[in-house]
Amino acid sequence: MLPKVRTGIEGLDEITEGGLPEGRPTLICGSAGCGKTLMGIEFLVRGALEYGEPGVLMAFEETAEELTANVASLGFDLPALQAQKLLRVDHVHVDRSEIEETGEYDLEGLFIRLGYAIDSIGAKRVVLDTIEALFGGFPNEAVLRSEIRRLFRWLKEKGVTTIITAERGDGTLTRQGLEEYVSDCVILLDNRVIDQITTRRLRVVKYRGSTHGTNEYPYLISEDGISVLPVTSLKLEHEVSDQIVSSGIPALDEMFGRRGFYHGSSILFTGTAGTAKTTLAAGFAHEVCKQNKRCLYFAFEESPQQLVRNIRSVGIDLEPWLTQGLLHIEASRPTMNGLERHLVIIHKLVREMKPDAVVIDPISNLINVGNMNEVSSMLTRLIDFLKVNDITALFTSLISGGRTSKLDATEEAVSSLVDTWISVRDLEGIGERNRGLSILKSRGMSHSNQVREFIITDQGIQLLDVVIGPAGIVTGAGRLTQQLQAQAQALAVQQELERKDRELERRRRVLEATIANLRTEFESVEEELRRINNEEQTRQQIFSQGQTSGVSEMLARKADNQQHNQ
Amino acid sequence: MEAEERLDRTPAEAEYVLHLYITGATPNSSRAVRNIKEICELYLKGCYELIIVDIYQQPALAQQEQLIGVPTLVKKRPGLVRRLVGDLSNRERVLAALGLPLLPDSNSESNNG
Repeated sequence: MLPKVRTGIEGLDEITEGGLPEGRPTLICGSAGCGKTLMGIEFLVRGALEYGEPGVLMAFEETAEELTANVASLGFDLPALQAQKLLRVDHVHVDRSEIEETGEYDLEGLFIRLGYAIDSIGAKRVVLDTIEALFGGFPNEAVLRSEIRRLFRWLKEKGVTTIITAERGDGTLTRQGLEEYVSDCVILLDNRVIDQITTRRLRVVKYRGSTHGTNEYPYLISEDGISVLPVTSLKLEHEVSDQIVSSGIPALDEMFGRRGFYHGSSILFTGTAGTAKTTLAAGFAHEVCKQNKRCLYFAFEESPQQLVRNIRSVGIDLEPWLTQGLLHIEASRPTMNGLERHLVIIHKLVREMKPDAVVIDPISNLINVGNMNEVSSMLTRLIDFLKVNDITALFTSLISGGRTSKLDATEEAVSSLVDTWISVRDLEGIGERNRGLSILKSRGMSHSNQVREFIITDQGIQLLDVVIGPAGIVTGAGRLTQQLQAQAQALAVQQELERKDRELERRRRVLEATIANLRTEFESVEEELRRINNEEQTRQQIFSQGQTSGVSEMLARKADNQQHNQ
Repeated sequence: MEAEERLDRTPAEAEYVLHLYITGATPNSSRAVRNIKEICELYLKGCYELIIVDIYQQPALAQQEQLIGVPTLVKKRPGLVRRLVGDLSNRERVLAALGLPLLPDSNSESNNG
């Protein structure tokens, strides 16, 4: 493995998979205004501050004072570093008019200066900015070329990691063909204006003995120095969460198998104009804040005040979250910055605020700024960045209406990146327009297949229950008609039931009356029978009584006779 | 090795002040030393101050004097400061830069080896 030196420049170390080749020269070429010098200085400053490696800056074009002033705005304090012996700046003054060639010579003076500067602070890093200036001062090109070749070999022997900057030539990487001499690592900077918007790009043209990212990566010169943006999109390996976050609408949560979105996933709301995308997004932000979590809201269409006012009209009050600092609304016009600048602002705010959720409303506006490929690559990087940081991301996207079911370009670009895709649309019927919501995809959980009609009320968004008519799901006035019909039907059924109940009651009463009659009849028959029975009993009694009395008379007479005999 | 060599005939009010920066005993440096000494003897006898500095010995001077090409002859006086880079074997140029007239007898041996 080739030993590498970390540059400390944001993103560059990722692209070069570890930094620049240690102890070897690296060529940075680019046209005017690309930030070559700045990249060199940042390499030295970061090296000194973050890795404790002193550095030497040999400036051929600007004096130490000019350089100091130029980079002071980026927070680089060159004089302080010089005082700490972490940096040495040597301005090499080359002026053709002062130089008279009088015979053979070499550039040993440069070697001695550089060697002295390196040895005096024990430098590990060297930047030669822009060595090509020598070609302007010394007419003998043959000597110069052999001396520059010797210089690079000498730097290699010294074991210092060197950056050589060079102006881009016509059809060649550098004007003087320096790439022939520096062949270990070549980085090309580019400054392109497309549709009046400038984007700077960086490409590693060559890296001997190492793999590297081969794409063109946009980079920015921000307040903190250079920042190359891939950065996290090189690999797909981030932690995932099993937690669920609510969408802010209970009925919408119900449509998902796990009642919400996964925390850290990305959600896309697409819809035509006026389908309440912003309201849905704000509802989500509101819900996030309600859980006492932080939410960052990028509004590309409305100012924060306007957004808060408009959302309040549907019963969602974002004001308290703003004052509590749980919600931050960052509003800007998409055209104000280039895409990459937007990305950097998002990165910066996310790092500062560390939100749990980010809302971007809408991403489709960014297309005004860049072409489709750029937007797509920017969003890829953005989504990756948010995912890696475990932030739930919600995007809205305006799609062109119309009856064609052709997907919009944004959708094509983004849909494969997002985990959950909810489509809101107009359900246009006879003379009216209703809003419908459906889930197109939801990675990692089951979801409802229904198109749910929803209305925006003073209490927020409400999903209506599905009403199924003869020809499928009905909405709006159709829904009302259907409901009325259903009500009438239900009433008729009810009345029929009641009538049947009454009929039954009547029948019951008739039967009961009959039963009473029969019982009375039975009672009289019973009475009759009882009477007959009694009479019979009495008759029997009398009969047996009569018999008994005859016998006793006889017995009494017998007893009398016996008494007489005694 | 000669660290600093002074060939001062009239140190007080030398008309010509010349500094020659060399790197040790490299062929270019040796030639330059020989050439400048000859020129001084031929053209500036008695009115010059020549200092020869080996910047290997005093590397800090290299930055101070803004040296790139070596050998370099710096003419400090008279007039504007001029820098003559090279081994000084192109005598015409050297003399022109120093503002000296070309002597006819030296014309033939402008390139002494």
